[in-house]
Amino acid sequence: MSATSTTILNLPDQSTATIPKKNYITAEHGLLSWLLTGDHKRIAMLYLISITVFFFIGGAFAGLIRLELLTPQPDLVASDTYNKLFTMHGVIMVFLFLVPSVPATIGNFLIPIMVGARDLAFPKINLLSWYLYVVGGILVLSALVLGGVDTGWTFTTPLSTHYLNTHVLTTATAIFVAGFSSIFTGLNFIVTIHRMRCPGMTWFRMPLFVWAHYAASILMVLGTPVLAISLVLVALERVFGIGVFDPAKGGDPLLFQHLFWFYSHPAVYIMILPGMGVISEVVSTFSRKRVFGYTAVAFSSVAIALFGFFVWAHHMFIMGISNYSALVFSLLTMLVAVPSAIKIFNWSFTLQKGSITFETPMLYAFGFMGLFTIGGLTGVFLGSLGMDIQLTETYFIVAHFHFVMVGGMLMAFLSGVHFWWPKMTGRMYPESLSKLAAVVTFIGFNLTFMPQFILGYLGMPRRYHAYPPEFQVLNVLSTAGATVLGVGYMLPILYLAWSLKYGEIAGDNPWQATGLEWQIQSPPLTENFTEIPIMDHEAYDYEWLEHKTQHEVTHVG
Amino acid sequence: MDNAIAPTEPLMPHETAVHEHEEHEHVFVPQHRHHFETEEQQREAGSFGMWLFLLTEIMFFGGLFFAYLLYRNWYYDAFVAASNQLNVSLGGANTAILITSGFFMALGVWAAEMRKRTLLVWMLVLTTLFGVAFLGIKYVEYKEKWEKHHIPGASFDISEFVNPPIDAKTGKPSQNPLPVDAAQKTQIFFFLYFAMTGMHALHMIIGIGLLFWLIGRSQRGDFSAGYVAPIENFGLYWHFVDIVWLFLFPLLYLINRHPLAH
Amino acid sequence: MADEATHEQHFHDPPNVTNPEHAEHHIVTPLQYGYVYITLLIGTLLTVLAADVDMGIFNPIVALAIACTKAVIVILFFMHVKYQSNLIKMTVGAGFFTFLVLITMTLSDYISRAWGLW
Repeated sequence: MSATSTTILNLPDQSTATIPKKNYITAEHGLLSWLLTGDHKRIAMLYLISITVFFFIGGAFAGLIRLELLTPQPDLVASDTYNKLFTMHGVIMVFLFLVPSVPATIGNFLIPIMVGARDLAFPKINLLSWYLYVVGGILVLSALVLGGVDTGWTFTTPLSTHYLNTHVLTTATAIFVAGFSSIFTGLNFIVTIHRMRCPGMTWFRMPLFVWAHYAASILMVLGTPVLAISLVLVALERVFGIGVFDPAKGGDPLLFQHLFWFYSHPAVYIMILPGMGVISEVVSTFSRKRVFGYTAVAFSSVAIALFGFFVWAHHMFIMGISNYSALVFSLLTMLVAVPSAIKIFNWSFTLQKGSITFETPMLYAFGFMGLFTIGGLTGVFLGSLGMDIQLTETYFIVAHFHFVMVGGMLMAFLSGVHFWWPKMTGRMYPESLSKLAAVVTFIGFNLTFMPQFILGYLGMPRRYHAYPPEFQVLNVLSTAGATVLGVGYMLPILYLAWSLKYGEIAGDNPWQATGLEWQIQSPPLTENFTEIPIMDHEAYDYEWLEHKTQHEVTHVG
Repeated sequence: MDNAIAPTEPLMPHETAVHEHEEHEHVFVPQHRHHFETEEQQREAGSFGMWLFLLTEIMFFGGLFFAYLLYRNWYYDAFVAASNQLNVSLGGANTAILITSGFFMALGVWAAEMRKRTLLVWMLVLTTLFGVAFLGIKYVEYKEKWEKHHIPGASFDISEFVNPPIDAKTGKPSQNPLPVDAAQKTQIFFFLYFAMTGMHALHMIIGIGLLFWLIGRSQRGDFSAGYVAPIENFGLYWHFVDIVWLFLFPLLYLINRHPLAH
Repeated sequence: MADEATHEQHFHDPPNVTNPEHAEHHIVTPLQYGYVYITLLIGTLLTVLAADVDMGIFNPIVALAIACTKAVIVILFFMHVKYQSNLIKMTVGAGFFTFLVLITMTLSDYISRAWGLW
């Protein structure tokens, strides 16, 4: 490893390197061997393909939204249609993309390997989880094809229960089913992490990626059922008119919101925590340094999960909750920002005095750190009651959550996909093209969403397809940015697919990273390890890696 | 040698240490899945997994319990009047029936652990019978509600709450009459009654379905040769459903048996 | 750093593979189940009888207290939690804790709504 090299990438000699003949992809053949698999790696790949499909469908809706917003007048689509566009965009992006993005793909693939196990605790439940996801996705698509739903992804009552005649039931059922997919994934992770670690793998030797998924899994298991019951109640209300959310019959529409947001706030942590896990791994590898303050980062994941359960009503400040409880929730919201900030600080200190290189995963990680910080800070603004009254239901909120979810989570997802692509497929992606895509994405993202902070602050409401003409310039900038962003997202699809056939052979450990996944072949065997490893060093132990590399026994492929 | 993963000499010092102390060596019992190192680990993991699933059930019912808590506080008088429409004897009998069913289930787990095939089958059958009896009584109760037009919706009839029937013994109404708008709120009670007991009954029906499957396999001897986990884990589910009912009974049937006093 | 010294480190009980907390695999006897069963039936009877006694505000409290006691007994004995590992015990606790968070924090809104002049 040269001290002046600009990359840590260490590929085997391409003229002689080959993909190992025996791996999880070649182990069995035929479509059924994939559709009935118990192998967590194959299930991860199934998920990767499905969520990519849904990402682009959701993205198409975003494109249409931005197209409508090019002009102040409602001239592209009718208002009902516009409502359907943003609803479908939200439903698909939140439930069918963001929630499963890292856990169901990279998490499924890596968690057993990272803890030294042969598979997750319940492989069949893992497969069931994918099928439930697919069924949920198909139901969402049916709702779409049948005419769409226009309640907003938040199903606010009494709009969703009394005033709209679109396909609320179908969509609610879809999310109910997809929710179980999430629950089963989380359940599997928790049991695996508790009960299937290899000898020597204590809690504090696990990669931080695993800690992040552990915390997210707790949220999945404990939070999602409350979403389920809230949707059941909406369905019952719509079908039987029982009055549970109907003020005329004595019900309280806010009850729905309490139940809905009790899940949906932890949901945002379900979405971001796995991404933070990715960033821990990437930042460490590309600074050649152990993560600063391992224990703090590990506990901060759990703290985010815990505090995340206490803040949900900050989505309801203007909805009619009591001012006293709003005060309590506001205070708790300020507190929940602290563990996230701890992570950002610790990653920054990891970078300090590290040997930093700028491969694609690291570019995305830098993007994450900056954009998530901005998004997170604006969240704190929104947590302050006075500010929230001005900013809620405006484009400020839209910008806030896109910064954390797209600038944060989606970048983390791309970072992780690129980082572990060589491990999952055995091949490298084309580095220069991927760097270009990362930069294009970053520019496109900022151009799209920075103007939206200003728009929101100036008062442009969200979910409106018409706006005062003085907001047009900012909207045009935002749409232009969205176009650039779209290009940035299309590129990885193209070059990652290309790399499957033409990419360079990666070898076991192209990034010279620590972690058990990098000590096995790429792609891994179905059973992951020829013998269960014994973990005898700390996480991110670069000295151990150095020592091992120098004493390397010839690896049998 | 600091990397145990790369295949090298077959026997290394630490490997010997591992094998010496392992109690469940490499005797593979039929149910042992190969991603687990030992059957003990597998059993513990299965139990843990089932408990995590039950946690999701706690949170799922939790939403309904909160709705109940809220509306009982808001519409106390209506809830009292509506609750006293329910038959405490039937509800109490159902509670006893479900507890008995749980008792038989627990005995079934014991039978499986003791490898007694016939006893296990009998215990599962009794569990099922009592479960079905519970559902039978619930059917009777639901039917009565249907006949009295106490099912929420278009056909809901509030007349019994506005003009309570006169109690023959005292010559006075058996309940406090409610004003019309309060009487309307009894619909919310009945909605919660049907939603909560209905959701509970749905879980019982699923449980009974699973019981049939377990009975079939137990009859074949699948669970009396050391493989107890499915019986154990189903038992956890069944007892959980029982616990939900233990709370539903007092909350729905016994809100206030002395409405005239206060 | 792995070397001869760490090979002395015992991995004889790899974490979570064999019984990590050496929890005895206790088998509850039918007699114990019988005691539990009778207790639960008595509890049910008490619940119904107590409901018929007018205790005002304490009626729901007594009813719920008995229900909670019965639930705890079912959990500890029928569901064997008394004899299980600490992990299982913590898991059960975590479930009820989260349930309580849902109830109390949502209640914080409803309870405080009628207060104040705002």
